[in-house]
Amino acid sequence: MAVYTDVLCPFCGCICDDIVVEVGEDGKITKVKGACAIGRSKIMGHDRMESPAIREDGELRDCSYDEAIKRAAEILADARRPLLYGWSSTVCETDRAGVELAVEIGAIIDNTASVCHGPSILAIQDVGLPSCTLGQIRNRADIVIYWGSNPVFAHPNHMKRYSYLSKGRFTPGGKKDRKMVVVDVRETKSAKLADLFVKVRPGGDFLVFSALRAILRGHEDVVPDEVAGVEKKDLLSLAEMIKNANFIITFFGMGVTHSGARHNNIANAIEFTRAAHLHTKATIMPMRGHYNVNGFNQVCTWLLGYPFSIDLSQGYPWYNPGETGAVDVLVHGECDAALIISSDPASHFPADAVRHLARIPVIQIDPYPNPTTEFADVVIPSAICGVEAEGSVYRMDSVPLRVRKIVDSKFMADEEIIRRILEEVRAIKEKEGE
Amino acid sequence: MAELLIKNGVVFDPINGVKGEKMDICIRDGKIVESLHDEHGARVIDASGCVVMPGGVDAHAHIAGGKVNAGRLLRPEDGRRGLEPKRGVCKPCTGYSVPNTWATGYRYAKMGYTFVMEPAMPPLTARHTHEELVDTPIIDKAALPLIDNNWMTLQYVRDENYEMLSAYVAWMIRATRGYGIKIVNPGGTEAWGFAKNCGLDDPVPHWDVTPADIIRALAHANERYEMPHSIHVHGNMLGHPGNYETTLRTFDVVKGISASMQRQTMHTTHIQFFCYGGTSWKDFESKADEIAKYVNENEHITIDLGSIILGDTTTMTADGPMEYTLYRLTGRKWTNHDVELETGAGIVPFLYSSRNPVHSVQWTIGLELALLIKNPWKVVLSTDHPNAGPFIGYPILISMLMSKKRRDEVMKEVHPAVFDRSSLASIDRELDFHEIAIITRASAAKILGLHNHGKGHLGVGADADVAIYGISHEESDAGAVQRAFLNAKYTIKCGEIVVKDGEIVATPEGRTFYVEPECEESLMNEVMKDIERLFKEYYTVSLSNYPVQDVYTPHPYVIKAPMSG
Ligand code: SF4
Ligand SMILES: [Zn+2]
Repeated sequence: MAVYTDVLCPFCGCICDDIVVEVGEDGKITKVKGACAIGRSKIMGHDRMESPAIREDGELRDCSYDEAIKRAAEILADARRPLLYGWSSTVCETDRAGVELAVEIGAIIDNTASVCHGPSILAIQDVGLPSCTLGQIRNRADIVIYWGSNPVFAHPNHMKRYSYLSKGRFTPGGKKDRKMVVVDVRETKSAKLADLFVKVRPGGDFLVFSALRAILRGHEDVVPDEVAGVEKKDLLSLAEMIKNANFIITFFGMGVTHSGARHNNIANAIEFTRAAHLHTKATIMPMRGHYNVNGFNQVCTWLLGYPFSIDLSQGYPWYNPGETGAVDVLVHGECDAALIISSDPASHFPADAVRHLARIPVIQIDPYPNPTTEFADVVIPSAICGVEAEGSVYRMDSVPLRVRKIVDSKFMADEEIIRRILEEVRAIKEKEGE
Repeated sequence: MAELLIKNGVVFDPINGVKGEKMDICIRDGKIVESLHDEHGARVIDASGCVVMPGGVDAHAHIAGGKVNAGRLLRPEDGRRGLEPKRGVCKPCTGYSVPNTWATGYRYAKMGYTFVMEPAMPPLTARHTHEELVDTPIIDKAALPLIDNNWMTLQYVRDENYEMLSAYVAWMIRATRGYGIKIVNPGGTEAWGFAKNCGLDDPVPHWDVTPADIIRALAHANERYEMPHSIHVHGNMLGHPGNYETTLRTFDVVKGISASMQRQTMHTTHIQFFCYGGTSWKDFESKADEIAKYVNENEHITIDLGSIILGDTTTMTADGPMEYTLYRLTGRKWTNHDVELETGAGIVPFLYSSRNPVHSVQWTIGLELALLIKNPWKVVLSTDHPNAGPFIGYPILISMLMSKKRRDEVMKEVHPAVFDRSSLASIDRELDFHEIAIITRASAAKILGLHNHGKGHLGVGADADVAIYGISHEESDAGAVQRAFLNAKYTIKCGEIVVKDGEIVATPEGRTFYVEPECEESLMNEVMKDIERLFKEYYTVSLSNYPVQDVYTPHPYVIKAPMSG
């Protein structure tokens, strides 16, 4: 038996890095310690796609990696407006190869951010982001606000490792030295743990941020008695708490990005943070979901200048979310082939987009089958990053880490699959050029 | 590898005392050699009528890492200012003040530059810096880890435990694959963790030390090893009116410390931002003369300019409180990213306007410094890219430094405050090609200690990094100078032609240079106990996941730095 310590969990944006994994004589993982339940099940592994396959007469037929890769390359080389989508649950090495592939074939490349924290990125491009790494919160934060996010459910170790329950230099007493505030439309499990729960009417976050901004900037007179279901006196006391704090952090989640005003909501949340910074140290951070959704945004930004939703059809990167996002080009029926890697648009995209996706040739690369597999034309199973393949990943606070390879696998790594497709595409183009 | 012969060029190679001589350069296997094996088989470049220099060396440009990338992400509008489609061997380019990594490599190569120092690497995010450096084509590069606001540093300085400090510094430089010690607003960036700042002689909040103590202790730590470079300092109070006095006192902090190598004991960076007189923006004035006077009279200091390029740019520094001040001043978008136990970062877009009196005076300061400091070996051309302007503005600065006429023309265009609050109008000095070769390659290489490792000169054994500019050594027209330095006729990197007639023709991967200070084992074991405790109690990553792994430096050039005798 072999024991690996300080293993990194490749599941959520927390990327816990103190996990212990035991591997038996047969090379199978037998025990995982220190991870939360979701992390443990991810590392232990579950039903996989067993073989590369190509759809023929409506049925998937098993084939070799070579054959699947060749078919994938033909589809992409043939396409006039290909989409390369996913990229968030794989390592940065894969993403770099993906960008090269996109440049080569003039594709649209996009990651899952465009349907989760895309609005947050747009807001950052409007007003900036006063933020920090998670250790600043561990060591300094005396007020922790979770706004429209439910860490108990989505990022189970977050409070323990990085925020409310952790202990640090200026917060040696852990939760005794902090106050936790949850703002949400319903009383979540996280809300039950909070010192203060603020219940906002659905879609009312924008108004609450505005009211808090007004109070923090000395204009409490303009705030009505009740704002989106929250009483003014509660807002005043929250503002007072903030003014008296040493360090506040607002973690926000899908509850804010996906209600009504979308990116305007986040811009307002950031403006609220800027207002709080007039009184104390104030920071804000998106609760990124997939472990490397941030990593793709980083890679894409340093290679192509923009974080997601990039159209390379003109030879240079063109960035215009709303026009160049994966959902946009699907809903508009623009794209004529798609490569989907480590994600499941069939479950997460609007019905119009999925309908178009089902009509066009789809290549899927993933360790696991999912509803997208139902209509994929080429299916390429891959090694699980962080368990069977190593690589760079970026935590939700942009700390870069390297996930490890713990066990051997018969599956090919994502990066190699993409690189081989790229080689095949180049070979096809070279032949056509002749 | 094939041989290469550069014939008939007028060569400026200051490190070897070659001052505009017509001579041939022989190249084999990526190095400069005495003579060729086979003159007939060699590829010949006819450099008649051209100026030939070693490849440019940039001692300070923010080109890679978390902060730079946050700047790119913050400013899609900047991205659109530099769009170029993929073409030939080139990948697509974006950005003006915050170019993508591909554009960074190509544009430097086109200017004849072959080495760039990324001067602010947060240790915790060093992997990110290295990932971007690897994706920056053609040029060689290195990065300086920020070691001045680290809690371990502060603790050892407080306890006056300088032995342990030197071991910690060695560990940190090795763990991050860094090149030396970077200091940015010592103490102030730590204080910024709770939204405070601090001056050179103020105690750092919660720590019983002053910034001056930190600088002095780190200078001593640096000199315990044969480090190629000295401490690299961005001091306290950057950008504040009246800060020149702090700057002069900062220079004094390391006076008397002896260097372990033949070089300065402190490199003070983008000094333009530290030369301000007055008590507010209203009576703001240049004190470049005072700073130049000190540098002229003292041998332990070198500087780079941080000269302003008028126009829009993106400011970014580990000096969080400074960027906050800038954001409050401009009301523009603001990103801040404090890094646990170590450092911070702030980013604000900024317009240096020729109509603004302060900006206009700032613009004169970098030029004043270059012209008032007598010994060009103490000076490196820089814009603190992108803080005072993007690096592709270097040719503009070169043309100004070489032409009084050009300066006078521009001074008429900017705010007239420049005539009262700066001495630029009264300076007649014009730099020649030899002096330009010093401040754009030779002095930078020497100050960084790279001349011992094949950079910044064309002596036998040096890396065959050569820039050939299509301009006569007698040319004095500023426009012609600017054009020539923007697009080299040829750039040769390690013996390979990468630029021909101003176009990129090859994109080899560059190397990453890093230093390994060699600390005695017993001391290192001792310091590891403290480091282990630090990680357990305060960091959010495990110690074993912290050091940068081999894969992040696929083309390493390692410089060993033994304990100094
Ligand atoms: S919190 Fe996230 S990263 Fe940590 S173990 Fe759970 S799933 Fe993995
Ligand atoms: Zn700088």
